[in-house]
Amino acid sequence: MNLRIIKAGVQDTIQDMGRHGWQHLGINTGGAMDKLSARLANILVGNELDEAVIELHFPAGAFFFEQPSLIALSGADFSATINGEEIPPLRPIIVSKYSILQFHRVERGARAYLAVHGGLDVPTWLNSRSTHLKAGVGGFAGRALQKDDEIGFRTPVDLCPLLGKREFDILPWKTDNVWKDDMRAKEILVLPGNEWDRLTDPSKEMFFDRAFLISNHSDRMGYRLKSEQLSTHTQEEVVSSAVSFGTVQLLPDGQLIVLMADHQTTGGYPRVAHVISVHHSRLAQMKPGDLFIFRFTDLDTAHDLLVKQQQHLLQLQTACKFKLEQLIHVNH
Amino acid sequence: MHHPNLPYRIFPLGDAALTIDFGNTIDEIVNEKVLALYHQLKTKPIQGMIEAVPAYSSLTIYYDPVRNFKKTKDNITAYDHVASQLHEHLQEPIPKTSTESRQISIPVCYDSPFAPDLASLAAAKNLTVPELIGIHTEREYRVYMIGFLPGFSYMGEVDERISAPRKAQPVAVRAGSVGIAGKQTGVYPFHSPGGWQIIGRTPLRFFDPASDNPSLLKAGDIVRFISISKDEFTNH
Repeated sequence: MNLRIIKAGVQDTIQDMGRHGWQHLGINTGGAMDKLSARLANILVGNELDEAVIELHFPAGAFFFEQPSLIALSGADFSATINGEEIPPLRPIIVSKYSILQFHRVERGARAYLAVHGGLDVPTWLNSRSTHLKAGVGGFAGRALQKDDEIGFRTPVDLCPLLGKREFDILPWKTDNVWKDDMRAKEILVLPGNEWDRLTDPSKEMFFDRAFLISNHSDRMGYRLKSEQLSTHTQEEVVSSAVSFGTVQLLPDGQLIVLMADHQTTGGYPRVAHVISVHHSRLAQMKPGDLFIFRFTDLDTAHDLLVKQQQHLLQLQTACKFKLEQLIHVNH
Repeated sequence: MHHPNLPYRIFPLGDAALTIDFGNTIDEIVNEKVLALYHQLKTKPIQGMIEAVPAYSSLTIYYDPVRNFKKTKDNITAYDHVASQLHEHLQEPIPKTSTESRQISIPVCYDSPFAPDLASLAAAKNLTVPELIGIHTEREYRVYMIGFLPGFSYMGEVDERISAPRKAQPVAVRAGSVGIAGKQTGVYPFHSPGGWQIIGRTPLRFFDPASDNPSLLKAGDIVRFISISKDEFTNH
């Protein structure tokens, strides 16, 4: 009745939509880096949007299904196979008992998501199943998944009748490809930060003219960027205050850092910009060595994009749930 | 008793949060105002608010733009909706929080294995090590905010005679380490990279995920450090 890890990946963790309401104690929200992809994977297998999924970095682990399971992969394409046969991302797939899921190479993106129908049965900590690596709590034992870990499913369903004798079956619905195109785009929309005007005029120009390289010092906490040094016309201290996923800070060495899912809750570096919410996922799928450019937008546009994205996801969810219920109904 | 009407400014922190800033300063009265507003918002939350995070002189409110969008009339953005509710809150005088600030003693061992930067800091400040320890333990500190790491408390202010700049590069810091940065002092709840000057270590656990109150300290607490021996540290 379990999902067993038969080979550990470099950093595979259980994540959901994050842990909200505890930042006043320094506990960051965390959650999936690419929350859009995590939700798409959940939608495809008929879960709620905020169900916990496994976030995979390459090289990713190998997984053994001890029961028939309905799964979906999203986000990065790590060239997945079931029992050696390639399977596509962004499709719901029923896998038979004793199937092995493996990942072979990076085709695209930085983080893949594995959702399982019924959800992953790990205890919640402060109302979330996200793994908090620093505090060593949440997710699976507060750490990345290791060989021989076993994860149960929260609401197991009998999928045997759907599968017959096949090893796996790709179900006939998918989410559209908008998100794939989105992942290829190299433009990140930002809003000005409170300390934007501290930048010198040449630095403001450079912020938009130059491409920014994602350096090797980039992880779930933040991406350190490389470009020409930016400077401010005042050295006045910024007293520490709250920061957010997507906050772009200017470090003392003149380089920028973008805060990501596991960012610290507060910071005292000048906040020159903020990546808009719908582009967090785009950034989360970029990796060291990738280049991108910043463009300004306004708050209205940022909110409009977010509302449209949410509406789209809810429509997809309704459609996928309907298809899944039909399928189960026909076969029972 | 009410808080003085301090001037403030509200600005967006990206598209899903906003910050109200009372002056970019480290000041007890300003911090008390921030905490009073924080507690008021906990009892009377703003529509669409996910959580509020108090800092030295500012309070940040995280909101759900999607949920707010549905509730607002035409031409009012989600940001304006939250900001205007906050303005309304501030029209009313904010009562001083009824909860007393807690007094908490933190045992610290200042012996050399736990205090990699103590001797160099004392030398730089023309103090003996016992003098520096005496200055660090002689006064009470206010917990201005919790941030950076789970349970990391920013306390102040330290005596000018022992204030010290951050290190240029962060180094590996052990859990329980007590540090100084500028006029702040604080305790690392976890092993972590850190740039503060480390002058001692506490045996207390500053963050316990299994507890209902996972953080030992909270903003507004009053802290005093007590010097203990290595034996007392080990037997704690």
